[in-house]
Amino acid sequence: MRIGVFVCHCGSNIEGTVDTATVAKASLDFPEVVYATDTMYACSEPGQDGIIQAIKDKNLTGVVVASCTPRMHEPTFRRAVERAGLNRFMFEMANIREHVSWIGRDREANTNKSVDLVRIAVEKLRRDAPLIPSKFSVNKRVMVIGGGVAGIQAALDCADGGLEVVLVERESSIGGKMAKLDKTFPTVDCSSCILGPKMVDVAQHPNITLHAYSEVDSIGGYVGNFQVQVKKRATYVDWELCTGCGACMEKCPSKKNPDAFNEKIGPCTSINIPFPQAIPKKAVIDPTTCRQFVKGKCGVCAKVCPTGAIKYDMTDEIVTEDVGAIVAATGYDLFDISKVTEYGGGRYPDVITGLQYERLLSASGPTGGHIKRPSDGKEPKNIVFIQCVGSRDKSLDRPYCSGFCCMYTAKQTILTKDHIPDSQSYVFYMDIRSPGKMYDEFTRRAMEEYGARYIRGRVAMVYPKGDKMIVRGADTLAGTQVEIEADLVVLAAGAEAAKGAPQLAEKLRISYDKYGFFMESHPKLKPVETNTAGVYLAGSCQGPKDIPQSVGQGSAAAAKVLALFSKDMLESDPQISRVDIKRCVGCGKCIMTCPFKAIKEVEFRGQKKAEVIETVCQGCGICTSTCPQGAIQLSHFTDNQILAEVNALCQS
Amino acid sequence: MSEAIAYYPGCSGLGTSKEYDTSTRAVCAALGLSLVDIPDWSCCGSSPAHTKDHVLSAALAARNLQLVSDMGLKAAATPCPSCLTNLRTANHRCEAAPFKAKVDKLLDDPYAGGVNAVSVLQALTEMVGLDTVKSAVRTPLKGLKVACYYGCIMNRPPELMAFDDCENPMAMDNILAAMGAEVVPFPLKVECCGASYGIPRPDVVAKLSGKLLDAAVGVGADMVAVACPLCQMNLDLRQGQVNRAGGTNFRMPVPYFTQLMAVALNIADEEIGFSKLCVDPRPVLSKALAVAD
Repeated sequence: MRIGVFVCHCGSNIEGTVDTATVAKASLDFPEVVYATDTMYACSEPGQDGIIQAIKDKNLTGVVVASCTPRMHEPTFRRAVERAGLNRFMFEMANIREHVSWIGRDREANTNKSVDLVRIAVEKLRRDAPLIPSKFSVNKRVMVIGGGVAGIQAALDCADGGLEVVLVERESSIGGKMAKLDKTFPTVDCSSCILGPKMVDVAQHPNITLHAYSEVDSIGGYVGNFQVQVKKRATYVDWELCTGCGACMEKCPSKKNPDAFNEKIGPCTSINIPFPQAIPKKAVIDPTTCRQFVKGKCGVCAKVCPTGAIKYDMTDEIVTEDVGAIVAATGYDLFDISKVTEYGGGRYPDVITGLQYERLLSASGPTGGHIKRPSDGKEPKNIVFIQCVGSRDKSLDRPYCSGFCCMYTAKQTILTKDHIPDSQSYVFYMDIRSPGKMYDEFTRRAMEEYGARYIRGRVAMVYPKGDKMIVRGADTLAGTQVEIEADLVVLAAGAEAAKGAPQLAEKLRISYDKYGFFMESHPKLKPVETNTAGVYLAGSCQGPKDIPQSVGQGSAAAAKVLALFSKDMLESDPQISRVDIKRCVGCGKCIMTCPFKAIKEVEFRGQKKAEVIETVCQGCGICTSTCPQGAIQLSHFTDNQILAEVNALCQS
Repeated sequence: MSEAIAYYPGCSGLGTSKEYDTSTRAVCAALGLSLVDIPDWSCCGSSPAHTKDHVLSAALAARNLQLVSDMGLKAAATPCPSCLTNLRTANHRCEAAPFKAKVDKLLDDPYAGGVNAVSVLQALTEMVGLDTVKSAVRTPLKGLKVACYYGCIMNRPPELMAFDDCENPMAMDNILAAMGAEVVPFPLKVECCGASYGIPRPDVVAKLSGKLLDAAVGVGADMVAVACPLCQMNLDLRQGQVNRAGGTNFRMPVPYFTQLMAVALNIADEEIGFSKLCVDPRPVLSKALAVAD
């Protein structure tokens, strides 16, 4: 073998604390190394060209690059050596940036450690073998999980691109949080007027299959060939027959249930269609409140339904959908304001969330679009908005900014003035965060044109006095305490991960952060990809986002899916486990430990043997450390290679 | 059935809040909670020591905690939130070895650690329990509207006190409700009464305590139940000052919650000690109980 070693300066990132020229020189003493040099930026175009030229000039058959983490640039360099005619697996990386230069300041020690890491890489490379990926076919259907605005956008873009789309929505209608909003910032246009047509497009698109009131039960398979079990929860209404006429809702005798769509500030019937523009516009029975289920007798809806759609004996149903890619767009939920006991949310009816206030503003809400406070139905005159309730608050374990609250609060002050001209809005804020096109202008308009009084400071407590709510806080600009007699207090409740998000992440085999938000593949450069091939993210499931950002991500995720599906065949990663059938004794231990169910039992000349399913194996290597015979080996990471690395390190 | 806990009455318990002490002892005895006096107990290290020197303050507290340890007990109950704060703070600070070394230097017997201090309210809630309280009631406080006022330091800082909700505590409400009283939702449960400003700045106390009394009247309370000797003094003894300063006319009885418990448990009048209070609760109490009958 003829090995070339390239030691990268990474500008001053590595060269600052590592003598790269010395590392290159030392490499020449390693076995089979015939060429070594340092290079300014190995990943740049001249850097890559230098590698390619050296391969040709020096007849290199393997390359080591000592630079950064392989997570970012291993694919870059593999493509480069491939362009020079080598197999892409005849390449190794030594990480002398994250593992050396960034963590130590002692130049000599760093240089020595870098030499050791290159020595290890060379020993591994000497035992590398060319690997050829195999190809497998792609099922060009995509599943979108979550029918909020991000999921809707992803579904429509994929469907318009000619893909078959399966959209799964937990609630009985798509629309998500956006469907609950009255108006949207910074244009103050009606939320349902801009979202409604998209929802109708979903319903009417020939390429989209919608499973509403459904949840993902389990996910098997791999990129290009996922099998997803979808649990269609019992609605107790045959949706084939239901016309959405609403006769059942008019007659249902159980009318006083908290309405989830109206954020529980209005009542709804036990059989319910959540809102007039619902897609699909179909009724669902809540068996926890329905008299037929609770008391065993009623049956009014069954009697009045003109199409005989009511089916009290309906049960959950599991359907299997085969898809090639999955977009998770499961959104967010609101911080529980009752956890902030000093504000009295949950105890005092006139302390509500911003989303509840949206329902009070909305013409399809419980008050028909008239702002009436929940306690006595009176029109409030003094309204206090409190920002950052469950955002930017370490004491509540919510240190992050929810991003959109500053903007929706400004919008709500504007709408309040429109609804009640003699009203006065007060906003307690920490900082105003309005970085977006026309956003800062919007918050200024709320103050300057609509007279909202912004008070910089936190509120210490909210308590009732007579029929008023006393809001006591600090004005940190004036350096005084303030007390405001409010008729209504609106808390800008922060965003948190959707309920069940960690469980879904585990089904999708993707990572999530400590707050339950899904982890993107790279925070800057791969915002909608995950580390699991074929699984993409859109919208607030990755972190709080406003509507434009969510829509942008929906389209971005769709573009990723369309790019993936632009090929008829995908290449599998050849860095997978392989069984040496001569050594395998058929004990089956590897089958039991494989987390991906990628190993199956086969019979070979009457004997049991293990066999790896190439496309399912993720190359984790658990089986190789389980096998008592050493019969199963992970290609590119064989026992021999790892032992050679250890030897190189110990003998250095 | 009797459970034992060391009892630390604090200096107020021997003087200004004698009725809190006697009613606490009587109530715990009636409910089977055995309070064992700490022999030769001394100052908890509260004012003025803790404003001057944390080590001295902690040493004063730790001396008492070590006495509890010598008794073979692991916990002490005190009716006074100020004592409680200082005992718990001393424990917390002594978790740092360098600090504890300084404390131990001041003590004849070094503090062995591991003695937990709780409020009488917490002991009643956790060691006796609401069911026992409920079944022990002889004269239900039916018809009596009580605002429960916990004071600012009973539950705060929450990391240190580690009991009940720090902004909306419910332990006292739950106990008095179990005794048949109608507890009203009192929004200023943990607001400041003015505390020790009664001496240097009585105007501040008049304003802050006035707010509390006003809120109690606003929610229709017949009386304000308290758990702190200093709060009690500000709200009761200084009620005349509050009225003069604010032009109000409050006549709000401010008994200790243990006194109301004692009434419900038919404990003798001299142990209840209503006669020690400035605004006599007895007329309001007998009126409310009579209406309920």
